[in-house]
Amino acid sequence: MAEKLFLEVVTPQKAVVSEPVDSVVAPGSEGEFGALRGHTPFLTSLKLGTLRYTDAQGKEQHLFVNGGFAEVLPDKVTVLAESAERGSDIDIARAQAAKERAEQRLANRAAGIDLLRAEMALRRAIHRLNIASARK
Amino acid sequence: MATLKEVKSKIGSVKKTKQITSAMKMVATSRLRGCQNNMEQFKPYAFKFTEVLGSIAGKSSSDASPLLVPREEVKKVVLVLCTSDRGLCGGFNINLIDKTRKLIQSELQGKEISFCCYGKKGRDWVKKSPHTLDLEFLDVVGGKIGFSHASTPGQQLIDSFLEETVDEVYLIYSEFQSMARQEPRIKKILPIQSLADVVEEKPAEADEGFLPEHICEPSSDTLLGEMLPKNVFIQIYDALLQTSTSEHAARMRAMENATKACEDMVAELQGIYNKTRQAGITADLMDIVGGAEALKG
Repeated sequence: MAEKLFLEVVTPQKAVVSEPVDSVVAPGSEGEFGALRGHTPFLTSLKLGTLRYTDAQGKEQHLFVNGGFAEVLPDKVTVLAESAERGSDIDIARAQAAKERAEQRLANRAAGIDLLRAEMALRRAIHRLNIASARK
Repeated sequence: MATLKEVKSKIGSVKKTKQITSAMKMVATSRLRGCQNNMEQFKPYAFKFTEVLGSIAGKSSSDASPLLVPREEVKKVVLVLCTSDRGLCGGFNINLIDKTRKLIQSELQGKEISFCCYGKKGRDWVKKSPHTLDLEFLDVVGGKIGFSHASTPGQQLIDSFLEETVDEVYLIYSEFQSMARQEPRIKKILPIQSLADVVEEKPAEADEGFLPEHICEPSSDTLLGEMLPKNVFIQIYDALLQTSTSEHAARMRAMENATKACEDMVAELQGIYNKTRQAGITADLMDIVGGAEALKG
């Protein structure tokens, strides 16, 4: 398949990815989905998770996305995320610390903490760590 | 007439002021560049978001979300006021506050008003006014703005709107038009103006791309419900970015004018200094000549 799919990942801070790719796998809110060139127009919200894509060199890249929306058109995929990070940009030490802190909070279940928030923090940290370690 | 020493020390102090103002101008210039850069980076996101929103808005019913429904009777209004933390930027903050005051006196007459303030100048004004201050955020405008600075209070506003403790929300910010022009603006962010407006804002050339029917997952109404709050955050975030950029641009101009004024003042004082000095020499000469004449006689 010579023709590529154009992937664009934008956040309010900057455009994280803007390049032609072979395929994209994204964490849709109703389940993970993959997109190749020629996909039917499709719009979905995303949950927090890992976005995978195969770049023009055939290498698989991982990206952390923190919720958002994705729009799939036959020749283009646009991801609107509140934040997105490439594996190389992830601060492993910070994610590790965040994970431990969140685990501790969930384990203690002390009054006055937001369980939902702690859980989200834990999930973010785990995803970040997975992506960072997948690069090695 | 002032003595030589006085004039000299005055010149010294004005020169020092000039150093400070020109340094502040340079700081403002470099910060302005950073802010403008942030604004540029945000554009693709905002552009794309409006595009996608427009495309589902077209398919959803007009009462898909409670955020779209205007209240029959408006009692309580929240104003989100974006100002700077620091002064020395000309009429920047005063213009914003004036605009707010006019809005309160005209359209919002007799309504219960509370404020959510970004920036110290606006907060200080609200504290002195009879209105209540709900939330304040300092050290945001003009510095590093994160999306969470817009989404956290945005969510709170949406929550209180849904709980019906708030009926309308306005955003007051400074629009960055160019280096020389920053205009205070008022925007109603809740209830969200009818979807037709959102669709209209969408750039015309984008229409072609949306002819194919999208499959929506979950349904388009649910998606719209998720996107509308985000749209509010985006508007607040955009307002913060624009206000920050405007603040630096306004400060740059104010400092440039101050530096020029200092230069004029130094030139004027130097003139006085020279004249005073010359007058002193003439007086001394007269004395000597007078003395010599007296000895001769």
